[in-house]
Order: sequence, then structure tokens, then C-alpha cells
Amino acid sequence: MDQGPGTVSGGGFISLSENEQRCYSDLYTLCKADSSGKLAASKVGELFRASQLPADTLHQVTELCGAKRLGYFGTGQFYVALKLLAAAQSGFPVRLESIKSEMPLPRFVGMKNDAEVLRYPNHSQNTESQGHQLGKPPTTIAWPSLDKNSLKRTESLGDKQAPQSPPPSPPNSPSSSSYQDKALSYSYRKQWNSTEQLTASYESKHPSRPLLQQEVSSPSNYGSKSSLTHSSVTQALSVERSAEEGSADNHDDPWRITEEQRDYYTIQFKSLQPDLSSLISGSVAKNFFTKSKLSIPELSHIWELSDVDCDGALTLPEFCAAFHLIVARKNGYSLPEKLPQTLQPAFLQIDAVSPKTKRDGAFLGSYSELVPSSQQKEPAHSEQWEAINELPTTPEPLIVFEDESGTAPQETNTVESTHPPLSDKSTSKQEPRIDSCMSAFSPKRNPAFKDTSVDEHTPVENPPAAKTDPPQELEHQVKSRTRQRSYSSTSIDDAMKKVEEPPRPPPRPQKTHSRASSLDLNTIFQQNSQGFKRGWLPPPALPPRPLAGQIPHFVSSTETTSQQKPVRKLNFADFSKFSEEEENAAKNEAQGQLSKAAGSSEESSPLKKDILPAQPPLKPIRRKYRLESQNLDSQEPTPPLPPPSSSSAPGTKPYPPVQKQSSRQKRAIQTAIRKNKEANAVLARLNSELQQQLKEAHLDRITLETQLDQLRPVSYL
Amino acid sequence: MAVCIAVIAKENYPLYIRSIPTENELKFHYTVHTSLDVVEEKISAVGKALVDQRELYLGLLYPTEDYKVYGYVTNSKVKFVIVVDSSNTALRDNEIRSMFRKLHNSYTDVMCNPFYNPGDPIQSKAFDNMVSAMMVQVC
Repeated sequence: MDQGPGTVSGGGFISLSENEQRCYSDLYTLCKADSSGKLAASKVGELFRASQLPADTLHQVTELCGAKRLGYFGTGQFYVALKLLAAAQSGFPVRLESIKSEMPLPRFVGMKNDAEVLRYPNHSQNTESQGHQLGKPPTTIAWPSLDKNSLKRTESLGDKQAPQSPPPSPPNSPSSSSYQDKALSYSYRKQWNSTEQLTASYESKHPSRPLLQQEVSSPSNYGSKSSLTHSSVTQALSVERSAEEGSADNHDDPWRITEEQRDYYTIQFKSLQPDLSSLISGSVAKNFFTKSKLSIPELSHIWELSDVDCDGALTLPEFCAAFHLIVARKNGYSLPEKLPQTLQPAFLQIDAVSPKTKRDGAFLGSYSELVPSSQQKEPAHSEQWEAINELPTTPEPLIVFEDESGTAPQETNTVESTHPPLSDKSTSKQEPRIDSCMSAFSPKRNPAFKDTSVDEHTPVENPPAAKTDPPQELEHQVKSRTRQRSYSSTSIDDAMKKVEEPPRPPPRPQKTHSRASSLDLNTIFQQNSQGFKRGWLPPPALPPRPLAGQIPHFVSSTETTSQQKPVRKLNFADFSKFSEEEENAAKNEAQGQLSKAAGSSEESSPLKKDILPAQPPLKPIRRKYRLESQNLDSQEPTPPLPPPSSSSAPGTKPYPPVQKQSSRQKRAIQTAIRKNKEANAVLARLNSELQQQLKEAHLDRITLETQLDQLRPVSYL
Repeated sequence: MAVCIAVIAKENYPLYIRSIPTENELKFHYTVHTSLDVVEEKISAVGKALVDQRELYLGLLYPTEDYKVYGYVTNSKVKFVIVVDSSNTALRDNEIRSMFRKLHNSYTDVMCNPFYNPGDPIQSKAFDNMVSAMMVQVC
């Protein structure tokens, strides 16, 4: 099978072979429930189950493909999931890297279309948890062009209308895009990255890209996307596992506050208002929520939704609801028109009571919830969450809120058991996301938050942790993990701080006065004060006239006057010559000012020869001329000047290691300095003279023009 | 039926204006604008008395052939103007008052939102919903 044609949008796309594409699209249509592009969770779950892979694998697949994050299966997620199933069925580890290579089509048993059934990879619940954490924009998932539209739809849906799909992950992912990316899902991120690399030919990147542009939207997009898949996966799993968990629960998932979240919100509330039973004033809340960097209209809308009694203040349930809405919004869920039932203060009040009972293990509980969801639980469990929540294998300190019926004697919050809906996978999913969001939202809360987030994180990373762990251990472990995460997690504040402190620009390279003679002179002066004095001794009328002739070689286009200048410069370069030709130069200058370069050039030519030998402290500017002069004079035999030693002769280097030179060089330097000064003076004078000439020329011109004007009117008449 | 509902700020610029046959929006805007003069007149008429004594509900500002304009002003000089279709004669004063009361309540809720800056156009969805309900219901 050849690699699928899918457009390579820049890496990170899974390339599907044609066969795969066909099969997957068939399967997709098979599972397609609505026109929104999201797959029916039930059908997807059925399909996954038909793949005959263990629940763990299915979870992993779900997470990997991003469905868990999104809360439902979009085309992208579905395809990734299919491929992962195929990989799993082929014995490959459920990782995104696995699907890089050609994969046999997944096999599904019991599906309507056996041929296609064969292809479905096993979904693993891990994908769900992964989805939680992968906050990367869905762009990374490349989907065949076939599904581009659906993907776009899903993306747009996920981006804009997330709430419908119970993507617990989105709340987590977006809220703390930075946090999530870094803190939550180490492993998943890697997987996700690999997926990104893998997916090559899907253009989903493009449709999602515009959606992802925004800071919030990008993670939310991803989150929504993953949530899409996740939701579908979740739904599939839920359908697969639990009967009681209707799709309604899944759909409400984004709006359910998990225990972790509630605790976090409560902590935040306390930070604003120590008394939990009183209100947070509007201004305080405004300042606090403004930190979330949502737009004011959105915040206004959130406030509208959450402030049920419209008193301008928030009670704890209202605050939790508002916070939750913010988290959800940051994760990409579009704000609902009216407050979801699960966010009603009355509802939250009830919840507030029960969670408190397990407050101690709250973190763990949420943590465990996450873990269970991510974990592969035997489908045999009557309650999907129980199975999911169970952490059989690894002794992860996951406290399963969910009531684990008969599973490990994990600490299950009584509340959770009493409120099965709360312990939905969705909530667990939400936890990580929301936790991440929360952590992103307020880094200050990291410690507490991190515990929860760590919980989700660790469970995701680790296969089902043993629920049996005592809460203390779990907590301890969680905290330890949290600590690890704390360093990596980035909250909004941290991001802000980082932004505030942009890396200092590299120190500007010091202006090496490569050309500035002053610098050179300075160093020279330091070395030779005498030389300095001497340099000024010679009268300014030193113009190295002879240089004028030398100049022409590099000042061909310039006028004679300009030539004179360079000539002087050349003279500077040729300090040795300078000293010898000082007198000549003086004469030349005097003559040159009156005469033109021609005469001076002749005179300067001899100078040039002398100049040729490189002067040790050649000024960088001069260096050019000197080089040129040297080139010119290279042919001419250049009498080696005594002062400039051979080392300095080359003149290529402006500063031959003077220090290493003997006193000769010192003298040479001094001479050079003096000559330079003289040349300076000469040039200055020349300049003034030229200016004068220019003025005269101007005057002439003006007179001519007036004459012309006078003549002109005659003709015009 | 309330064909147009407007909320005018103290400085007499509209914070919220919405009319039901949207094609005649300009006409209603103009109507509301001209009604402001009447509102001002009614406010100043009770200028001597304390503000408390001034009734918030201003009643019928002026009738035209097609519609009637009712006014309401809050203590903070925020004016509500309702334009109802004259053909709907079933509308009684009480109903208009209740409409204004609802408007006022919704406006208060909008103000309670800390993210709302007084003077900004009202973009609250809840307010929109309430107004829509009023405009449809009254019809």
C-alpha cells in the first residue's frame, strides 16, 4: 500500500495508505451518527470493542487519537484511533510512533462490515487520558482530505461548540495550554508529538489552524478536537461499559465540576474571600477573572451565566460555576447560552457538601478518576468507570472517586459513589484538563492544583494505578509528582512573567571601531603619548600630495578633489612614507589645492610607493586605501620602511601586534599617529578649500542662470 | 407589540436599541431619538420636585398613526423607550409598565456584571433574550 496522498501540511500528520483511507472512511461513515462530523460514541465504542482489544488498549487509543480530549471522535481522531487499533492488533505498542509505519488494517469482529472491521485498531483508553493532556492543536493530526470537511466541522465544532461533546479534556487542555502542554502530559505529549510527526498528509492543519490562531483557541481547538474524539471514544466506552451513563452525562461532562476542580475553585475562592459562605464582590471577581485573559465580553457572559441571583457578587457555587465556565472556555468550549444544570448553584451546593467529605482524598479521588479512565479496565465491569477507575496494575496513587464496585479497595469518595455522574469519566477527564487549566489560570495555586493535575497526569502516564494504595501514599506520590510537574508546568502567570522578561538581547557587539581611526589612535596614544605629541607637531599643511596620485586607483570615479582626499588617506596609510614625504606632502598639498590632481598625482605617486609598506597601526578605514595602494604599489618596489617592520608591512592588519613589536613599531606607530593627524589637518583644509570652490561654482551658476533668465523672456515674448 | 425597544444612556446616546421589523430600523431609531425630547421635557417638568417623587414611568410620550411611544426613566437618567404598534390596542398601561419593570430589572442585572462598564453598549445575552421575549410576546 502506498502512502496516502493526503496533503502534507507540515509534519505531524499520519499518512494513510489508500487502502487505509478507504477503510477508515468506510468505518467513519459507519460510525457517523450525525452530520456534525462527530462520530456516534456508541458506534465508535462498538467498533472498538469489535477490535477485540483489551480495554486498556482501547483507552490508550482513545487518548492517543485525541478523542478523549475532545470528548468525541472527529474524523481525525477516528482515523488516528483506527490506525492505533491496527497497530495494537498487530502487536505494536499503542503509540503514535507505531502508526507511522504502514499498518495492516485493523480488524473488527462483529461489525457490520467485516472487511472494514478488520481494520479498526484497538482503542485504548489511554488515548482518552492522553487526549486530556495533549493540548496541542489538532493541526497535528492530519486527516485525509476526505474528512477534511468533517474535520473542519469537528474542529469548528470543537472549537466553537465544544460544550456539546463532553470533552473533559478540552477544559483541561485549553485552560492551561501552556500548563497542559508541559505539565500534564509528558508521555502523551510525546506521543502526540510523534503523532504530529507521523501525520503528514492531512490538511486538517489548515482548517484547524485558523481556529488555532488564538491563544485560547489553539489549545482549545486541540482540546476540542481531542475532545471530539474523546467524547466519541468516551461515549463509545461508556456505551460499552456502563449502561447508566447515558450520552447525556457525557454531553454534560464539560459542565460538570469534578471534585478536584471544586476543590481548586474553593481554594481560589478562599484566596479571594476567606469566608466560604459569603460573597465575592464583583470587582474582586472581575480582577480575578480578568487574569484568565478571556475577552471582556466573554467574561461578561460568563458572569451573566454564573451570577444567578444577579446580585453583583458570587457565592461559592456561583464562583465555582464561573470558574468552571472560564476553564471550559479556555479549553475551547463555547459558552452556553444558559447555565448548564450541573453548574447551577443549587446543583453545586449539593455537590459541595459531598465532596467535602472526601476532601482529604479529593485530589486523590480526582486523580484516581483520571487514572481509572485512562486505565484499561475490564469491560466486564458493570460500571464503566469502575473498570476505568480501577488501577489494577500500577500502584499509582490514584484515588478513584468513582465507586469501584468490587475493584481494588481504593479510597473512593463516598460522594463519588453517591454521585455516579460525578465520577464519570468525563469528570475525571475534566479534572486533568481543568486542573491544567486551573493551574494555568493561577499558578499560585499550583501546589494544590498540581496535586490534582498531577493526579491526572500521572494516571495518564501510568497505566492503571493500584487503587489499593492508601490515600496517604497516593497523596504523597501525587505531591511528589506534582512537584515534578511544577517545574514544567507553565501557568498563565508564568507565561506572563516569561513574557515580561524577554530574554535579554545578546550584548551588542562592541563597536569595534574598525574604521574609526580614533579608536586606533586612542590605543596608540595610550601606548605612545609621545607619539601623540609628535603627531601634532607637524603643521597641518602636510597633505600627502603624493598620495593624490595613488588615490586614483581606487577613486577612479571621483573627482579630482575627492581624489585628493583619498590620496591623503592613502598617505595616512603610508605612514612611513609620510614621514619621509612630509615635506613633499606639504608642498603637494599647497600645490594640490591650487592645481589639480594631475600634478599631485604625480607627486603622490612616489608617495604611494612609500605608502605601500603597510603601516602597523593602519586605521581600518585607511586600511582599504592602504590595501589598494598596496595593490597598486605591490608592483612597485616598495622600499621597506624602517619603522614599519616587516610584520607591519603587510598592512593587511590594521594592528599588527604592536605589543609584540619592538620599539621600532612604537616609533612607527607614533609616526603614523603624527602622520594621521597631519593628514587629518590636510584633509580638513582641503575640505574647506573645496567648499569654497563649491561656493564659487554655485555663484557662477547662479549668475549664469540669471543671465539665462534675462535672455529667455525675450524669446518668450 | 413592541416593535422597538431602546435603552438610552444618561448622555442620550443609545446603549441598546432593537426593533422587530428590522427593515424599518432607521425609522424606529429616529422615532426613539425624537422621543428623547419628550422624555427630557417630562423629566424637567418635575424638576422642582425631588427625584424620588418623579415617577419612573413616563407613560405615553406621543402617539403617531402607526405606533405609540412609551417612556421610562430610571433614577440614573437612563431612559427606556418602547415603541408599540398602534394596531395592538390590547396593550394596556399595566402591561407597558410591567414591560418597563422587566426592562429595568434586566438592565440592573446587566449593571451588576462587573465586566460591564456603564456606558458601554449592552451586549448581554440575557438582556437580549429578555427583550426578544418582550418583543415577541407583546405581539
